[in-house]
Amino acid sequence: MLEQNQTAPLEEVMQQIAEHKGCGTSSEGGKASCGSSSAPEDMAPEVWEKVKNHPCYSEEAHHHYARMHVAVAPACNIQCNYCNRKYDCANESRPGVVSEKLTPEQASKKVLAVASTIPQMTVLGIAGPGDPLANPEKTFKTFELIYKAAPDIKLCLSTNGLALPDHVETIKSFNVDHVTITINMVDPEVGQHIYPWIFWKHKRVTGIEAARILTERQMLGLEMLTAAGILCKVNSVMIPGINDKHLVEVNRAVKSRGAFLHNIMPLISAPEHGTVFGLNGQRGPTAQELKALQDSCEGEMNMMRHCRQCRADAVGLLGEDRSAEFTTEKIMEMDVQYDIEKRRAYQEIVEQDRQEKVAAKNAELLELEEEYSEVKILVAVATKGSGRINEHFGHAQEFQIYEVGTGGSKFVGHRRVDLYCQGGYGEEDTLPTVIRAINDCVAVFVAKIGGCPKDELKAAGIDPVDKYAHEFIEQSAVRYFKEYLGRIKSGEIVHVDRGDADIRQGAYIAA
Amino acid sequence: MAYKIISSQCTACSACEPECPNVAIYEKDGTFVINPKKCTECIGYFDDAQCVAVCPVDNTCVIDTSYPRYQAA
Repeated sequence: MLEQNQTAPLEEVMQQIAEHKGCGTSSEGGKASCGSSSAPEDMAPEVWEKVKNHPCYSEEAHHHYARMHVAVAPACNIQCNYCNRKYDCANESRPGVVSEKLTPEQASKKVLAVASTIPQMTVLGIAGPGDPLANPEKTFKTFELIYKAAPDIKLCLSTNGLALPDHVETIKSFNVDHVTITINMVDPEVGQHIYPWIFWKHKRVTGIEAARILTERQMLGLEMLTAAGILCKVNSVMIPGINDKHLVEVNRAVKSRGAFLHNIMPLISAPEHGTVFGLNGQRGPTAQELKALQDSCEGEMNMMRHCRQCRADAVGLLGEDRSAEFTTEKIMEMDVQYDIEKRRAYQEIVEQDRQEKVAAKNAELLELEEEYSEVKILVAVATKGSGRINEHFGHAQEFQIYEVGTGGSKFVGHRRVDLYCQGGYGEEDTLPTVIRAINDCVAVFVAKIGGCPKDELKAAGIDPVDKYAHEFIEQSAVRYFKEYLGRIKSGEIVHVDRGDADIRQGAYIAA
Repeated sequence: MAYKIISSQCTACSACEPECPNVAIYEKDGTFVINPKKCTECIGYFDDAQCVAVCPVDNTCVIDTSYPRYQAA
């Protein structure tokens, strides 16, 4: 473990380091975790090369590497009941905020500006705000410009799949390594309740027929991507009462067709977003409903649990948004010098630190080897990134959730919260919502916390822990768990089920 | 007649622009507009008006009654 005084400067220099754990998977359940920058046992080296620095394809990498989206693709070819096209796509973007549309040339300039400012930005994605493949000319022109100017940046795109089979060859020709398809159903009977219509062969097609065509195209597209050696992630929106049980079947269907990673996301459906689901009162899942579905699908398939459902022009680490620093107006004024060697050197330091972090966790786990217990706990963590407990309780805009047991620790999700502390004063109204968001956790790890919220957390049965400030998250989680088991054995505490928690709806940052 | 786009409802998503067989749709002041002199209501090309079929906001591409009905040549 690094001493605190050694780690602080490093943190200032960058928000990265990286152990690696595969791709949003746990060290349990048959998907071996990989503790170093070499490929994990269950992953081919060429696949590992593609995911190890991709924040969306690797849970571990998302603590250290950043991504950006450019909004060059506003048109869409289908309508979804969870999306309100009058504003933005609710499940891809912060609802109610209209993205700034970019031309491919503006997008290219923006990518270079961000890559020069944030050297850990390794991935450029096109994710709308419509469907990238409903705007093929703009999408591929953007890829072409970026590939020429910044060949070290990974390119990816996210699509509903309707037009995908027509474009797989072009995608391949631009060296796009990663494609995400949003697949919410494989049964048109279910699909008709999610998709009111698709635009297909110059006609608007509705009902079961629309869903039937869409699912056929999605499955064909996925098979073609797999055959072309392109990694595919599948996103599914969990809509209680409509497709929640059905998503297990979706999981099987996409796994059998070679999808690499499955990302089940909660429906966002606040009435103010103006979506069909928002307006008709369709609810989203609770935190434990979402986790139970993700757990049931985890087995041989990697499950993504770190998705932040980000907007189509997001910039930065997942969970932070720096897009306001890079508006068109600002980037046009920037003098951008793209220095690929500098970026490489920066990322090398990350790799060294990455291994140190894994070693620290593994050393801690060794001491648990002899232990076996049925007890598993969740802990919430306030972090700014780099895999460390380095955020104040009151400054946290989200908490990362880790599950710990004698089998090890794993990242199982995150909870968005409104800032508890604004301008140095705790806002009394927000503390209950923060507690509801992490109510299923036994403890919350923070770099610092005030006396008042500390008492209220304790009263709610959540242990506020600041003794691991600035240390590695997973190493600390395992250490805390050992103590927790010890306290159960000594009779000091009784382990009880913590119940459920809320998933925050609405805007990421309170206005 | 020709189609027109109600600009207050247009999201400027651009989906209609490439679908128009007459190249009658263009961007102007942040939304899209239809040149009524070029619009044929898609008669002679498709069964449905393409801008209406692809538009994500219903009742945004509508018939402009101030123009006479298009007559196929």
